[in-house]
Order: sequence, then C-alpha cells, then structure tokens
Amino acid sequence: MNKKTKTPFFHIVKRGEIPRWESIMIHAIALILALILCAILTTLLTGQNPIDVYATMFEGNFGTERKTWILLHLLAVLLGISLALTPAFKMRFWNIGGEGQVLIGCMASGAVMHNWPQLPNALLLLLMLIAALAAGALWGFLPAICKAKWGTNETLFTLMMNYVAIQITAYYTIRWEVPKGSGKIGIINQASHKGWLPSIAGQQYLPTILVVALLTVLLYFYLKYSKQGYEIAVVGESERTARYVGIKVEHVIVRTMSLTGALCGLMGFLLVSGSAHTITTTLSDGRGFTGVMVAWMGKFNPIIMIFTSFLISFMGNGAQEVASRFHLNHSFSDILTGIIIFFLIGCEFFVSYKLSHNKKGKEE
Amino acid sequence: MDQRVPAVSMRNITKTFNSGAVVANKDVSINIYRGEILALLGENGSGKTTLMNMLSGIYFPDEGQIFVDGKEVVIRSPKDALDLGIGMIHQHFKLVDVLTATENIILGLKEKGKLDLKAAAKKIKDICDQYGFDLDPMQKVYNMSVSQKQTVEIIKVLYRNADILILDEPTAVLTPQETQSLFNVLRNMKADGKAVIIITHKLNEVREISDFVDVLRHGEFIGSLTTSESTPQEWTDMMVGRKVTLNIERPDPLGLPPRLKVKDLTVRSEEGLIKLDHVSFDVSGGEVLGIAGISGSGQKELLEAIAGLQVTEEGSVIYVEDDGTEEELLNQDPNKIRRMGITLSFVPEDRLGMGLVGNMDLADNMMLRTFRKGKSPFTDRKNPHKRAELIVKELEVVTPSIETSVRRLSGGNVQKVLVGREIAEAPKVLMTAYAVRGLDINSSYTIYDLINQQKQKGVAVIYVGEDLDVLIELSDRILVLCEGELSGILDARKTDKNEVGLYMTSLHGEGGEAS
Repeated sequence: MNKKTKTPFFHIVKRGEIPRWESIMIHAIALILALILCAILTTLLTGQNPIDVYATMFEGNFGTERKTWILLHLLAVLLGISLALTPAFKMRFWNIGGEGQVLIGCMASGAVMHNWPQLPNALLLLLMLIAALAAGALWGFLPAICKAKWGTNETLFTLMMNYVAIQITAYYTIRWEVPKGSGKIGIINQASHKGWLPSIAGQQYLPTILVVALLTVLLYFYLKYSKQGYEIAVVGESERTARYVGIKVEHVIVRTMSLTGALCGLMGFLLVSGSAHTITTTLSDGRGFTGVMVAWMGKFNPIIMIFTSFLISFMGNGAQEVASRFHLNHSFSDILTGIIIFFLIGCEFFVSYKLSHNKKGKEE
Repeated sequence: MDQRVPAVSMRNITKTFNSGAVVANKDVSINIYRGEILALLGENGSGKTTLMNMLSGIYFPDEGQIFVDGKEVVIRSPKDALDLGIGMIHQHFKLVDVLTATENIILGLKEKGKLDLKAAAKKIKDICDQYGFDLDPMQKVYNMSVSQKQTVEIIKVLYRNADILILDEPTAVLTPQETQSLFNVLRNMKADGKAVIIITHKLNEVREISDFVDVLRHGEFIGSLTTSESTPQEWTDMMVGRKVTLNIERPDPLGLPPRLKVKDLTVRSEEGLIKLDHVSFDVSGGEVLGIAGISGSGQKELLEAIAGLQVTEEGSVIYVEDDGTEEELLNQDPNKIRRMGITLSFVPEDRLGMGLVGNMDLADNMMLRTFRKGKSPFTDRKNPHKRAELIVKELEVVTPSIETSVRRLSGGNVQKVLVGREIAEAPKVLMTAYAVRGLDINSSYTIYDLINQQKQKGVAVIYVGEDLDVLIELSDRILVLCEGELSGILDARKTDKNEVGLYMTSLHGEGGEAS
C-alpha cells in the first residue's frame, strides 16, 4: 500500500462530562507539576535544595502560631472578596471593579471611624458597616443601572470606577493625614480603639475569619438553592431564555451587582475595622482582581473557592518567606504564584479535552 | 458493485466519543463515485453528520481508513480535506455578515501576491454561470436571504476546487422553489463529474435528487440501495428498523369557540422595517392552526408578540377565558400573562438559545417554568426532578441521566424535553415554531402525536412549520404569511402544496385561482 502520509501520533478529542475524581486528579497532577517546576526554578536561582525551599515555604505559613493566623486572615480576605464577586460573574457580568468596590467600602467605614470617634463603640461599628455596605452597593449599582438602561459596557465602567475610588481615597488620606505632611492617615483611634472590631479569644483576626466563614455558607445556599440564585444562573447562561420565561433581566442585573458591591463593601469594612485600622489606597492590594481568578477557578462554587484561595494565599505567603530568607527580590513570590495559577488554569484544557493516541487502521 | 474507482471510499470507520462511551460510528464502509449523488439517510443520532465530519476533517476516526481516488489518505483538518477536494456545506452557515459574498468566499485563502477582489469576483461569476447559481458577488451577507447565504457557502467550497461535496441538510431552510433551484445546481454538478453527498430527512427529495441511498442506523451501516429501484417505505423501514406508517393522523377539530383573537397586529423591527402588517385571525380551542410562509415572513414576530416577548406597534391579542371574559395579552410580559392565570406554552424556534438553557440539566430546565411557585425564597427541586423523569419516560428521551446537561442530548431529544415541559404546564394555547426541524422521522411523529393529543384536549394549537406536506396533513386551517402580511387562510383539507406555495410567494395567491 502506498503510504506517503503519516498518521499523526495523537489527536485532540473533546471529552464528555468526566467524573469528579478524574477532574480532581487532573488538578492534583497539575499542582504537582507546578510545584516541581517552582522547585527547579528556585534551586536554579538560590542554589538551595528544593525540599528546604518548600520547608521554608511551609514554615512561612505554619512556622509560628502568628504566621498561621496571618495565613488564615489572608485566606479569609481573599476568599471573602472572591465570594463577593461571584454572583456578578455567575451572571456573566464582567465586573472588574472589585478593587474599587472594596476600597470605597474601606473609605466609607474609615470616614465614619475617623469623624465620629465620640460615638459609643457598638453604634460606631454599626454605622461603619452600614456606610461600607451602602458605598459598595452604590459602586456596584452605578455600572449595573447604566448597563441595564443604556447597554453601557460594564468592563470599562467598573474599571473606571476603580480609579474614582482610588482618587477619592487619595484625596481624603491627604486631608486627614496624621501627622501633617506625612501623607498618610496613620492608625485611627489608636488609643481608644474606637471602631475597631473586638478581638475574639485574644485573636484580632478571628472576627474577620468568622464573618467570611459565615458568608461562604450563606452564599453557597444563595447561589445554589434560592430563587434569586437560579435567576442569576439563567441570566448568565442565556439572557434570551431568561426573558422567555419572564425573568426581568435588567432587574436581576441591578440587584445582583448591588449585592456584589455591598459584599465588597463588607470586605472593605472588615479590612479597616478588623485589621488595618487605617485607610490607604492600597488596602485592597489587587485582591479585587485576584478574586476574579479565584471565582472562575472555583467555578463559582464557594466550597471549591476555599481551596483556590487557600492555595494562592499559601503560595504568596510562603514565597515571601523564601524571598526574604534567601534575599530574593519581592517579585519572586509573584513568579511562583504565577506558575501555579498557570498550571491550574492550563489543566482545564485536559478536563475538557484529551489527547488520544492513534491506532493504525485495520489492514485488509 | 462495479470496477470503477470510487471518488471516496471510507472503510471500517469507527468513531467513539466520551472515551468510548458513545459509539457514533461503528465499522462503517461507504463508497461515493464521481458523477453521482448519494443520499445519506438515518435518524437523528445515527451518525450521518459524524461520518461526514470525519471526511471533512473536523473529527478524526478512531479506526478505519479513508481512500480518495484509490489512495489512502489521512485527513487531519478541514484544510487537508479541501486539499483533497472534499468540501462540506454545514447546516449552520459560517459567514461574516458585514462582508460581501466575494470577501467571504476568499476569506482564509492564502494566495500569493496582491489581493485582487475583482479577479475573485470574476471567478465567482464564472462558477455561478457554470452551475446556474444566482448570486451578486458584491452583495453584503447581511442583506442576503437564507438561500443566498447557502449559495455563498457552496461557492466557497467550489472556489477552492472541491469536487467532492457534502451537504448537511441543505433544504431544511429553503422554500420549495429554492429547493428546486438548488437541485438544478446539484444536477449540473453531477453532470460535471462531481461527487455529491447529501444528508436529508425529506424522503421525497431523496427520491428526486439522489442516485443511491446509503442508510445508517445507530451508527452502523445498514445498506445501500439504488434510488430508482426502491421506495421511501423501504428506506424508512431500514432507518427505523421496523415498519412505520407514514400518515399523520388528523382528528376533527372540536368546534370550540375562539380562544385567541388577533386583530391588526403590527410589528416593526428595531431597524424600522415592517415585520408584521395588520395581521388578524382567530384560533379556537381544539384546532391546529398551521402557519406557512417563507422563512422570515413574520412567523417569529407573530409568536413572540403573542407570548409577550415582542414590542408591538399596533393591534390587539385578546385571550378569551372559558366563561367568555376577554383579556388583552399585548405588551404584557410573559410573567404577567402567567399571573393572569393564562397558560400559554411556547416552543420557540431557537431551542437551546431561548427555550432551554444548554448548560443546565434536565431538572433545572424544567424549573424554568415553575421556579417562582411558592412563597419560600428557595426553589423547589423535587417536583421539577419528578417532572423531568416523567418526560424522559413518556417521551422516550434518550439521556444518560436527569443530571445531564441538555446540550449534550441530540436534537430530537432536546426538542422532546422542550415540548414535554411546555405541555406539562397544561396549556390553553400551545405555540410551536419549527417543532420538528432537524428531527428524525420517529421523533417527528412523537411530536405530531403530542400536538394532536393537545388539540383533542381542547388546546388551541398554533403550529409554524416549513414542510408543507406536514402542514397540510396536520393542520385544520393554514394561515399563510407573505412579507409580514396575511396572504390567506386556507382550509387544510381542501388545499394542496401548490396553492400554499403560491400564497407564500405572492399576496392573496395572485396568479393562482382565488379562494
């Protein structure tokens, strides 16, 4: 037989729905490969034994009790922001304004804290919370109502709202700066601890962690079992179907984005009142964007999102320890986190497709 | 069967999906010769399209060999296929709306030198003249009718010198007249020595155009027949694997009073074009009102206006309750119509884009209609699940489970889920748009049966269809739309295809005898 053409060695085949354990296996393999690559890279750069490096990383997270609390707090904040963003993304509303929504929440609660320290602490905290929720909701509401009414582009709109929030915060940090000329506010109510979330069992971070834990459960049920959650899913999958069954799409968009904004505002409140006790433009620290990734990687499932945000927090925290111990540039932790995320997102390809080895055709 | 070398010979082709869980083709061997038209027949999910997709480079077979002109070939991509002269015209067109016919046709070609649109247009014109196409190479695609778009797709592969053509259900979207001109083109190609494979469900077209018929069933090759020496009844029996009757029952209408009264319904598109122009008619409980018309004559707007999904300019749609009270439906959203206690079921044309959510499972899709029920802020999941199970059982939906995403089902099963859900609501009015488009014979008859059952229950059925044979057999009356105007309402028991065709193409059937 004349065989000029070569049969390709493998071809790409779309998979059907695969069992959950297989999907978990694929992710686990991707994670292991990522860790191996990170190890090789670290060894090349530091000359250290990769086992030592990972040990250092582990120490950076669990070395002392304090380090563990820091990890849990980082995890809670990232998870909380990711959860806040989830309803909007599940609705396929491309909200990249999480950063601004968190920051305006910080700003609002910080403003109340700074201006009315004379109020009773419980009332002050309540007012701070309300202010943060309202400000965040407003930051979510504005792009949503414009999209619903006039079809504006939500991605650009929410992005611009980030800058508005940053500029407002920058303005007030200068106006309220302490001491004059320092360019920052400093710790608010340092002496009186007014507007500070109280420590629970001596742990400053515990209130934040508990609130986020509660939020995880609530959001899980809201998205999965509530009528509003179902509406969000339908609008996200197909607006035409939503209209066909009489769902008011504009109404759902505005409601859901206000919710996302308010929850971001809540995270802003927790950041200011629970840990930072000050206002700076960098309080959110990019987590309004990282949260988008966590939400997508977790497939909008709050339970899976716990793992994705844990992984990112663990790596970020650990890599920082590695960087400081081996005198590496701060960006080193970003590189390692980037590698891991790349592998985790890349492995989605193997969840949807597989490479199939070609068998030879039957000979006659 | 003879000594000639086949243009294409597929031997012992096997293709599976989901790691072997779904066998789409099993050990299939077919031959296609030049100067012949082969009709590939089979029910939905019998593997016709999969088989052809392997020939055109979209899928790669798990096992088996493909020979072109006697030489074994490996087809890895559509480009490989085109290099071998194999071109496929898909059911869904892949054209860029804002470009002209010429630009679409040369798109993706890597010709050396400067882009010469004029020369391309000239070559296109030549192809048109050679085969009898009617196309203006400079026309923009968004201005084209469905049949013109199809012409562009066909010329696209001819332009690339394809001499083995595969057409996947090319007539599904065409009027009888357009189908005839397509068939003339196919005959010219055949005379020119090209090999043509046509996938279709319409048996009268198979008889008219093909030389041979190959039948697939459940992914396996069943047999090859010479068209002129066999009958549609034989083909169907081979497709289905048992004897089927090809007559649609038509119970007599119940003679109930009007259920819906539509008056002077007028709809304008967002661009300001008239889509429906003062259309008036009644439809009674217990009758099937068929709606005929060239695609885009206002059928979609008519149904969507009644369902509360379309902004209207003028007119009224009155719903008459059993006790004679009248309710205006126009400009109410679907939710309000439901809250008025009116169950109006609508099976839209776009099943996965409008009627169902493709990524949700069967139970969640059932919930689309019922999720608001009850005061609790949480959804009831048990009843939709039960309803899905019932529909799967009663309508024989083939699905791995209730938890399977709807988009993973075949076209016929998707439609059964949708129609099943809409009927489960016990509607007073049932509207269906192209309810059997793309469905195989068995599934189509299931749908016709369901429609007749609803009719006998006293439901007012509005059936928008494209197959005139079916429309005439199933409906009691046929309303014909022509460019958004009501062209005529015919008694389905007394009319014939030609008369309906005339009303479709000219207002009030001018040129034919007036009724």
